[in-house]
Amino acid sequence: MRDQGVIYCGLAVFLGLLTFPAWYNAALGNTAKPPEIRLPKQEKQCVAPVEFMRKSHMALLVDWRESVVRKNQRTFTAFNGRTFDMSLTKTCLSGCHTDKAQFCDRCHNYAGVSGPYCMDCHIDPKLVARSRP
Amino acid sequence: MNVTRKGFLRITGMCFAVAGARKASGAIGEKLTFPRTAKRWGMAIDVGKCLQKEGCTKCIEACHKAHNVPTFRDARHEIKWIWKTGYEEAFAVEGRVYAPAALQGKLLPFLCNHCDDPPCTRVCPTGATWKREDGIVMMDWHRCIGCRYCVAACPYGSRSFNWMDPRPGIAVLNPDYPTRTKGVVEKCTFCEERLARSLQPACVEVCPAKALVFGDLGDSHSPLRELLRARYSVRRKPELGTAPSVFYIV
Repeated sequence: MRDQGVIYCGLAVFLGLLTFPAWYNAALGNTAKPPEIRLPKQEKQCVAPVEFMRKSHMALLVDWRESVVRKNQRTFTAFNGRTFDMSLTKTCLSGCHTDKAQFCDRCHNYAGVSGPYCMDCHIDPKLVARSRP
Repeated sequence: MNVTRKGFLRITGMCFAVAGARKASGAIGEKLTFPRTAKRWGMAIDVGKCLQKEGCTKCIEACHKAHNVPTFRDARHEIKWIWKTGYEEAFAVEGRVYAPAALQGKLLPFLCNHCDDPPCTRVCPTGATWKREDGIVMMDWHRCIGCRYCVAACPYGSRSFNWMDPRPGIAVLNPDYPTRTKGVVEKCTFCEERLARSLQPACVEVCPAKALVFGDLGDSHSPLRELLRARYSVRRKPELGTAPSVFYIV
């Protein structure tokens, strides 16, 4: 055990590097608490219960997409009997989540979800306000 | 008869209100009574009426504005849902040699023919384009992979490919309709999104000469069929057997 000191030093450096992300974030004050998203003011209830929307909003949007484009059915009847036009821009983004950056983007950024390219085609109403000459 | 000034003004105002209400309700009634469904949607273009106002591009402007169709200076990047072409080019078989004087060198509007037997849908490997039961040759841009087989298959040049991001080419975005992305094919959809709201296609609604008539080809009593019965019409490249739903009354 002549090399005890070297071994322990090496282990300490190794553990330090291994846990680097944890203490680096702790030092910067980044904690694991979820992002603060800005909820719509005028509506208290989404088109489905909040638990479902949190987990499965992407599946719901794909269902809407298939229904509108492929089946030509455009009205969605919610669990509480209310009906909605199945439209990302006209229903979701115009009616309730008027600030996409504070709602969709905050959570997607936090969760590292870079994938959905909905907005490459579908239009954020705020973008329109900017595009007007 | 003794009419006070106040009374006279009241009666005049009421007359205007009644006339206005009748006109408004007529307009709403006219728009909303357009049927949402049909056996087979089709269109007739009255060439004579269209040529009354040469150089008119209202149908193109209305369509391209409604559907966020970009405009690029480079012709190779052109995206078109409805466009103008010379009669002789479009009706090469019938017209090239001895075109009627009234049609020689004249530009007419052309759009997707929504063929009864569309070659474009057969070649699509992903099912991104297909013929709906009501005859509309529809597109699902979510599924388009940009292979351009359909562009090659369409004998009418009705399909355009987005070689670059279309958004910079759109002056004013219409939030009611999505744009497309680079790598996706697009074309006229007979305004299926407007039909779902009981509205006629944008080009039909905006035409000042009422040269475009839209309706049900499957209903023998529809105004469109009445018109086609009464007047002589031609279709583009009938020899191919695609059976276009767009008729030109020449």
